[in-house]
This record gives sequence, structure tokens and C-alpha cells, in this order.
Amino acid sequence: MNFTLRVWRQKDASDPGRMVDHRADGIIPDMSFLEMLDVVNQKLIEKGEEPIAFDHDCREGICGCCGAVVNGTAHGPLPATTLCQLYMRHFRDGDVITIEPWRAKAFPVLRDLCVDRGALDRIMYAGGYITVRTGSAAEANAIPIPKPIADRAMDAAACIGCGACVAACPNASPMLFLSAKVSQYALLPQGQPERELRVKKMVAVAEASGFGACSVHAECEGVCPKNIKLTFISKLNRELIRAHLKS
Amino acid sequence: MAASQTEALSFFSTTIGKKLIMSITGAILLCFVIVHMLGNLQVFAGQAKLNAYAAFLQSLGGVLWAFRALMLLAVLLHIYTGLTLWFQNRASRPIRYHAFTPTKSTISSRNMMLLGLALGFFVVYHILHLTLGKVHPPFDPADVFTNVVRGFSQPLIAGAYVLAMIFLGLHLYHGVWSMFQSLGLTADRFDRARRGLATLVAVALTAGNISMPVAIFISNMPR
Repeated sequence: MNFTLRVWRQKDASDPGRMVDHRADGIIPDMSFLEMLDVVNQKLIEKGEEPIAFDHDCREGICGCCGAVVNGTAHGPLPATTLCQLYMRHFRDGDVITIEPWRAKAFPVLRDLCVDRGALDRIMYAGGYITVRTGSAAEANAIPIPKPIADRAMDAAACIGCGACVAACPNASPMLFLSAKVSQYALLPQGQPERELRVKKMVAVAEASGFGACSVHAECEGVCPKNIKLTFISKLNRELIRAHLKS
Repeated sequence: MAASQTEALSFFSTTIGKKLIMSITGAILLCFVIVHMLGNLQVFAGQAKLNAYAAFLQSLGGVLWAFRALMLLAVLLHIYTGLTLWFQNRASRPIRYHAFTPTKSTISSRNMMLLGLALGFFVVYHILHLTLGKVHPPFDPADVFTNVVRGFSQPLIAGAYVLAMIFLGLHLYHGVWSMFQSLGLTADRFDRARRGLATLVAVALTAGNISMPVAIFISNMPR
């Protein structure tokens, strides 16, 4: 298969950047999107040009490292898929494919498709922990948790922190990520000691990072590779209201 | 400052707190729009009935003014908070995408601010037209029915009302749906019901309100 890639190229954080066309020829349909970029980069290196910089790690859809906006959709056109799990057979031969980095004030572009997602880490530092007695491991069945609640907490904890929700949101809002992280602790007994403080601190850091508000466009839900539901944002709102009412 | 005051301030300084203001003021305005439509539909019951209803509202005196003050407060808070959020949302993405393909957002969700502003201007025009009688004279404060019929017999005026009510429907289609989310009152199993309710409210209010200018315009067309 042959494609024309219209890729955002930016040397470093201070470079204004621009869209540049690259050829992607001789692509095997069963290559992943990242493998296709590897092929293009190999040819660029052979020509003595700079390869396209992009983040990646596990390449099996579980680490949250990769991601780019492909043809206007974060992680590309397939629902519930990370970029590394998107295959070139999902495109038509001869397609022009637009590839852009996550765009948000809170995610400054470092180079080409690589952005600094440190803002999400700082949200986690603010409240992504629980109180535990360190030392010997606790007995696993000491705290009974009803199955539906454990499942719901797991649905939230499935978030891999890739940042696609921010990238897809017309307001660059991190609420789907934030709500998943707040919920995964708030739902479980282990998360109760810091429950009110956690949501306040995590929201405060998120608000100070330059993200936008949730307008319930649901674009985040549409692109989330882990199918995190929009209703978690409703839970986040409840948690924050509850925390302020309690204090 | 008392601890509870700082607490409230810090809550309403977050976007989540501001969205709560949007949803509560929006809900108040939605209730008004529903009651307003039900009252106005009495135009189909004839001149005496509608004018009696208008006279009854005027006879409320202080209650009417208290109600108007509440509406004004809700409108101003809704506009101010909405614009604050809109500017913050714009600033959160300084460099736009070359390509944007929506997955789940709707025309109405992406244009809430513009639809809202248009409705704000319409409300001013509507008050000037049928409450104060300043824009399309002659106007008789004691004869609401004739004022309405005279206005809606003109194609441009009827057209403006129809257009505004389509905007209202689009605004409510997203507003009602997102209101529950901002209030924290949603669950996955109610998702479809919530979408259905938003659609029902939007369609019912648009159709009900449009029926008045359309019916009056058609029945007064020169034959």
C-alpha cells in the first residue's frame, strides 16, 4: 500500500512547526500505524533526513505511551484502539493521512508528535495514592468488596493515561482522565481515608495546568482506547460537591 | 472570611463549580420556558382567554417582579459563567488542529455559546416587542392577543420567532443532556433515557412555540 502522510514537523519546543508531506510506500496492510512510521523513518534516515519523532513503548495497547491525532481523530478512526493497535488495512490505498500531535496548552509539543504529558503526572502526584501500613502484605481477603463495585473500580482503573481524552476534547479538558483516577480510589474502601482531600487536590492541580472545562461533548468517550465512560465525569462532579459539603 | 465562605469560593472557582452554576441556572430557565409556552398556548383558546391570562399575571404585582428578578439573575449568571468558561476553553488549545473529525459531539454541543448568545439577543427583542411594545407599534398593553396576532402576521417577525425557537431547541438538546452530568446525576443505565428526555424537551418546546407564529401567520395570509 502507498500513502501520503501530512505530518506535523517541529524541531523543538521553540520551533513554530508546520505540516510536511512524506511518502509512505510499500506498506504491508498488516503493519501497525507505528510500524508504518518506522518504515517511513528508516527511509528518512537513509536519505540523511530527520526521522519523525513519536512516543511509543509497549506497542500492545496497554501502556498509554503512543498517540497522535490521525485524520482529525485521536488514536485514529477505530474506536477503543490505541495508535499502536491501529493497522494499515483500516486505510485505503493511496489515502492522504493527516498526523498531528495532541494539541493542548497543557501538553506543549516537544518535537514532531511528542508532547509533554507531565500535567497528567502532576495530577497523579496530587492525589493518586492511598494510605497503607507498609511492611508485611495485608491478607488479600481481609477487606470484602462487592463484585459490582470492584468491577466499576476496574472500569475506571483501566485508564492508561494516554491523554487522548484531552486531545479529542474541543476544550482540551482532562475530565475523563481525572474522573477515572478519582473514581478508581473513591469506589474502594482503601481509597476512603483521602477521599475528600484527593478529589480537591487533583482538581486543583488539573485546573492550574491550563486545561479547559467539560462541556459534555463526549468526544473523550468516543476516542478513549479503554472505553472509559462519560458517566465517570458525573461521578467526579459528585465527589467534588460531596467533598466541599463535608468540610 | 468564614471557612464556609472560602470553601464555597474555592468550589465555584473550579470549572466543575461553574458548570454546576450553568446547570442550576439553566434548569431554572428551562422551567420558565416550559411554563411560558404552556401559558402562551392559550392563544389558541382565543382573545378573551389569553388576555384574561395576561391580566392575571399583571395582577400578581410584587410576586411578578420577584419572579422577574429571579429570571434576570439566572440569565445574567448563566451568560456570565458561560462566557467565562468559553474563554477558558478557547485558551486551553492555542494551536488548532488542521483536521478535526467529531466522534460523538453534536452540532448543538459545539455551538452552545453562539446559540445562547443568539437566544440572549432574541429575549431582548422579544421583551421589546411583546412586553414593552417598543419595536413594532401600534401596541396595546391591555390586548396581548391583538399584539401577538398583529406581529405574527408579518413574515419577517414570524420568521424571526421561528428561527429563534429552532435555536432554543438546539440549545436545549445539548443543555438538558449535559445538565444532568454537571449535577452529577447520571448513570450508564440511564444514558439512553437521558438522551431521549433531552430530545423530547427540545422537540416539544420548539414545536409548541413554533406552532403559534406559524398558525397565526398562515391564518392571516392574504387570500
